Amino acid sequence: MSAAQERSGSRSVSSIAASPCGSARGVIAGAEVLLRASGALWIEAARMLVVADLHFEKGSAFAERGQLLPPYDTGETLRRLEAEVAALAPRTVVFLGDSFHDRRAEGRLAQHDAIRLAELARGRELIWVVGNHDADGPRILPGEVAEDLMIEGLMLRHEPRPGAQPGEVAGHLHPSARVVARGRGVRRRCFITDGERLLLPAFGAYAGGLSVRDAAFAGLFIRTPTIVALGADRAHVVAWGSVAGE
Amino acid sequence: MDGAALPALLPRRFADWFDARGWSPRSHQLAMLEKAKSGRDALLIAPTGGGKTLAGFLPSLAELTERPARNAPPGLHTLYISPLKALATDVARNLTAPVTEMGLPITIEARTGDMSVAKRQRQRLYPPDILLTTPEQLALFCAWEGSRAYFADLSQVIIDEIHAIHSSKRGDLLSLGLARLQEFAPNLRRTGLSATVNDPDMLRRWLSPGPGMVDLVVGEPGAPAVIDVLLSDNRVPWAGHTAQHAMAEVYEVIKGAQTALVFVNTRFQAEFAFQELWRLNDDNLPIALHHGSLAPEQRRKVEAAMARGDLRAVVCTSTLDLGIDWGAVDLVIQLAAPKGSSRLVQRVGRANHRLDEPSRALLVPANRFEMLECRAAADAVAENALDGDPARVGALDVLAQHIMACACGEPFDEDSLYTEICDAGPYKDLSREDFNTVLEFVSTGGYALKTYDHFRRIVKGRDQVGQKGRWRVRNPQTALRHRLNSGAIVGPEMLSVRIGRRGVAGRKIGEMEEWYFEGLTSGDTFLFAGQIWRFEGITGLDVLVTRSNDPDPKIPSWGGSKFPLSTYLAKRVRQMVGDEPGWRRLPDDVREWLEAQKQHSSIPNADGLLIETFPHQKRHFLYCYPFEGRLAHTTLAMLLTRRLDRLGVGPVGYLANDYAVSVWSLESMADVDFDALFQEDMLGDDLEAWLEESYLMKRSFRQCAQISGLIERRFPGQEKSGRQVTFSSDLIFDVLRRHQPDHLLLQCARADASLTLLDLPRLGEFLARIRGRIRVTKLDKLSPFAVPMLMEIGKEPVYGGRAGEMVLEAASLEALIQEAMA
Repeated sequence: MSAAQERSGSRSVSSIAASPCGSARGVIAGAEVLLRASGALWIEAARMLVVADLHFEKGSAFAERGQLLPPYDTGETLRRLEAEVAALAPRTVVFLGDSFHDRRAEGRLAQHDAIRLAELARGRELIWVVGNHDADGPRILPGEVAEDLMIEGLMLRHEPRPGAQPGEVAGHLHPSARVVARGRGVRRRCFITDGERLLLPAFGAYAGGLSVRDAAFAGLFIRTPTIVALGADRAHVVAWGSVAGE
Repeated sequence: MDGAALPALLPRRFADWFDARGWSPRSHQLAMLEKAKSGRDALLIAPTGGGKTLAGFLPSLAELTERPARNAPPGLHTLYISPLKALATDVARNLTAPVTEMGLPITIEARTGDMSVAKRQRQRLYPPDILLTTPEQLALFCAWEGSRAYFADLSQVIIDEIHAIHSSKRGDLLSLGLARLQEFAPNLRRTGLSATVNDPDMLRRWLSPGPGMVDLVVGEPGAPAVIDVLLSDNRVPWAGHTAQHAMAEVYEVIKGAQTALVFVNTRFQAEFAFQELWRLNDDNLPIALHHGSLAPEQRRKVEAAMARGDLRAVVCTSTLDLGIDWGAVDLVIQLAAPKGSSRLVQRVGRANHRLDEPSRALLVPANRFEMLECRAAADAVAENALDGDPARVGALDVLAQHIMACACGEPFDEDSLYTEICDAGPYKDLSREDFNTVLEFVSTGGYALKTYDHFRRIVKGRDQVGQKGRWRVRNPQTALRHRLNSGAIVGPEMLSVRIGRRGVAGRKIGEMEEWYFEGLTSGDTFLFAGQIWRFEGITGLDVLVTRSNDPDPKIPSWGGSKFPLSTYLAKRVRQMVGDEPGWRRLPDDVREWLEAQKQHSSIPNADGLLIETFPHQKRHFLYCYPFEGRLAHTTLAMLLTRRLDRLGVGPVGYLANDYAVSVWSLESMADVDFDALFQEDMLGDDLEAWLEESYLMKRSFRQCAQISGLIERRFPGQEKSGRQVTFSSDLIFDVLRRHQPDHLLLQCARADASLTLLDLPRLGEFLARIRGRIRVTKLDKLSPFAVPMLMEIGKEPVYGGRAGEMVLEAASLEALIQEAMA
């Protein structure tokens, strides 16, 4: 990236700023949103909570093949989701695709976890946007299944489309960043946006991350993007210049 | 042993061979033959150069020479295991010489992971008489189907360099493999070879824990070593670790020697010393560099040049502590303090690998405390007073791997396997309850939430009348994956350093820990493999670099290989400090320093603890001098900081080295109750709370998860990159800690961290020792003892539990500044 681009990157920072609650406040294609330290997106105007790439039952998918990862990932992901729901009382919860690690995952869901999901659906709407891991959406769990969703001028879908897509909010890529400051580096999940398009970090307990410097992100942003890295209890707005290659 | 016994022990051909060379067998070589004749297990302890390896093999060679002809093809007779791959190959070569010269009908082969699959398969079908290999290969043998038959004829197993391996997870795995071999071949004799150690009985118990301890054979001591401590003209510096002040003198000494080995303690020091020596090298002496991060081909090249006698000096780390003999080495130089007397003996023994000539060594202290340490070490070696690693309790993650291996090899009965495992030294006190827990972990993962009962990795057959059901591996794929992932060497993730740019990787120069590059950005320069490189970027598992002429490169500071000062040597240093009449043996500036300390503050006595408090540059300092080594000191500093924080003095930083701990704060600490502060109860709740958030736990967990088989490093047909492993093990750690904090692997991780990273046993002993013996000196300015560490402040990074968060906060602050300035 040229020095001129680096400088222009600092301008896009102004569309995202820290908010007192530990989240980052931003404007994406004209819509006001809150980027939560949990990795969830909050669209206040629609009272809508959006989470991406939960990968429910990833642990048991590995166990089936003989690698016995702790069977607590679904419970842990639900715990984080419940905390966000309790804090924000959303009218709608949108799952932005790859909510299940594979097509059989819903069948492996423990009964107590299915009950917790049903509980979440009480008094609110659940929308399951489908992803490549769960192309059909859930069969038994409550909620609607959708290919994509338009809200407040934002287009919510699982996989980002190539080229300029103003207002697109997507998951799929599991963005993560290596942030370097004061001679030390730390790797965290993150949001990434240029003010036009927003990609959400994976929300699932066992979901891995892909560096935002990876080629898969090239061409998705018309301006130098800004990232919002997930800290322990704060979302940190970080300029592109502080994001190192892997 | 009288001469008459000789013919009975030594076959004719052997005696002739010794005679032809004008040699006679050494008494410990004959003793080993005698032990074998009477069917006894034996541990041979002998200094380097004493014909130790031959002594270990003589019984096998004799038996094989005299074995009667049989119809069936003979099976494997002797298995030799060395911790070093190179040593296995080297010994195979050295052993073949006498066997050929004597014309003995004996086949000898090495087996390492580097060999071709075809050759290894042939070895399975047609075993040699003597096979030389590594602990990792033995672990693989255990996981083979058919190993029971393969080892049925095994008569002797020889474990070399026991002192270097017993106190590690590799040692645990090796001991379990030994127990397995004994089960396959009940008449198997166990033979151990070791350098001189402080506690031979501990090694005897490790080799075989049964009631009839293995016999001990002690070789004749060699000529006493001649060890000097360099008194530099430039005087001894106050602080530092590199001994830069003495390089010119070191260079002169190298010039005067035939071939010198220059030992250092870290790769950082190796790179630095190599650079400095070449700066002075007007005579163009062939001086080479050897450390664990260099590409293996590069290291082999240096070793070969050394063997040919082409080199005048090699700057090296512990990579050359063990093993291969180089006749030409006549001087060993130790740059910076040796940290332990056994390590020093080992290193000094690399010069003049012959018993009858003294080894010559020169110690070069890098600072004043090190001057004391070098003196103490030289005295200790002169008295043959050694330190050593303590015995360990076998790790349960290693046991899990072994149980899985056994199931891959053949079905097992759990009662018999338990009995067998208790025959491995480190596991002799394993409770049945712990065994059952590990067995359950291997089968189902050991989770409180029983959702994986139908995904078992090993399954138990039905009980029959008179016979309990046997455990077996679930399917061949599971066994294959186990074999791909076995072994107890789990290092930090390494990246290959390659010449190249723009994503195109070229020649490999070596390997470095991934974390070192975390703090580098493109364009930074650093010193590696004796040259200056510019960091271009990372692609996959490759670090791309280009050549650079930057006059001021960084030198990677590797954390991994800093040995803490040994307990034994620490005690000698404390005694030396407290022994005023003895000060006259020290160089003038060091003596003056001690006298000034006495005048301005006080001298710590050997059993107590000296604490100093003083203000300095708007901060309040606490200094104490436990001399307990870097690891225990770092733990102590962390815990003190927590407690001082609670007392409201506002600690803002700490530093720990091998000799001292310092903490600095916003408020004065002069009124702190130090007896209460240093109470042993700090190892209770404070430790727990700190450990919970410490990155050390994550690091330990990752290792335990890999060794136990929870996380696989390799799948058939693909190698998982280190980064993926690191990332997912951290996620798993977080989830497991929240949902099942008492899980077996978390217990393993905690035990490991306590022992190897925090040095808790040593800290505990220290706190008990100083109880009621704390002397506090309140000063109005810094003391002479405090100066060295004060000079280090700012050079060393200070890590805390929230270090990662601090990086993020710093980065977002930069974003704000950019925004304001845009």
